[in-house]
Amino acid sequence: MSVIWVLLLVASVVVAAATGRMAALPGAIAESAGRAVSLSIGLVGILALWLGLMKVAEEAGLVRALGKLARPVLRRLFPSVPAESPAMGAMTMNIAANMLGLGNAATPFGIKAMEELERVNPDPGTATDAQALFCALNTASIQLIPASVIALRAAAGARQPADILGATLLASTCATVAAIASAWALRRLFRSSPAPGPPRV
Amino acid sequence: MFRSVLEAVSVWAIPLVVAGVPLYALTRKVKVYPVFVEGAKEGFQVAVRVIPPLVAVVVALGMLRASGAMDGLAALLAPLTSRIGIPASVLPMVLVRPLSGGAALGVVADVLRSEGSDSYAGRLASVMAGSTETTFYVLAVYFGAVGVSRYRQALPAALLADLAGFAASVVAVRFLFGP
Repeated sequence: MSVIWVLLLVASVVVAAATGRMAALPGAIAESAGRAVSLSIGLVGILALWLGLMKVAEEAGLVRALGKLARPVLRRLFPSVPAESPAMGAMTMNIAANMLGLGNAATPFGIKAMEELERVNPDPGTATDAQALFCALNTASIQLIPASVIALRAAAGARQPADILGATLLASTCATVAAIASAWALRRLFRSSPAPGPPRV
Repeated sequence: MFRSVLEAVSVWAIPLVVAGVPLYALTRKVKVYPVFVEGAKEGFQVAVRVIPPLVAVVVALGMLRASGAMDGLAALLAPLTSRIGIPASVLPMVLVRPLSGGAALGVVADVLRSEGSDSYAGRLASVMAGSTETTFYVLAVYFGAVGVSRYRQALPAALLADLAGFAASVVAVRFLFGP
């Protein structure tokens, strides 16, 4: 990530110099930094709500039940995650929320899942195979209803704003399959420092 | 029919979960209110933890867009991509989608306005936007929340997934609506 980040920064400066847009950079830098903070702070309310509800669901045994329900699939995708880990329930809720297009709810569940996965990470600070796959899955989220796109199409006067549902589902299914396949295929290329085995204490 | 069911689900799901989970927990003798408040406390900490990595990613991407690198890349790629079924007007979508959700929707609105929503380009832009996610934002938030800074295969896997999504969008729109 360090190399990619520096590459992005340097490339921007070089291109801006070449295209004579250097004057636009200082403003963009300040504006982006501010926007990053408002993006994060904007998450506070929705994060608090869903993490609160998640805690209630956990105490009531709902998270465990959900995790058990999705276990046959999740165990195959995430073989390194203990079957009784609360991460299973959180991941199930994240994926379900994503499919329903409830992005607001999906993010807190996803963060909760990442926290639970980090708890069994033998090398904190470096992504585990499970975390990498889970994140890749989220970037390719299968969505049954792309609500914002449909709204845009309706506003633009499409005859059938939702006629793209089938094609969208097909495309996002392909993206999801590609995420799983490439996360699996690439996992050995990126070394995870300590040898695989029981987590260090 | 199928669509109205899906739409009803997306409207009802959140209110039902928000009311249903606490109700169920109450019947299981959970002290619902204090437990909720305890869990909600975490919300603020998580959001604050996400700020530094998000600043890093958003600033880098903001610089990249302001530098004109996207326009340059688009001009460079246009002759190639128009041959595989991505019109020049839709190309910015491919470049911008992983970086910014707002900008991607901006591209959709643009294409819909200039080429019509029932055109090939309009449909393609819509499907591309709907079938992929804002990759860099998702990675920065999820990994940032747990303090992971070495993403390993997550970034290439996520970008490959985006590519697959874009390619599949072209095929699906061609197949279902004709070129």
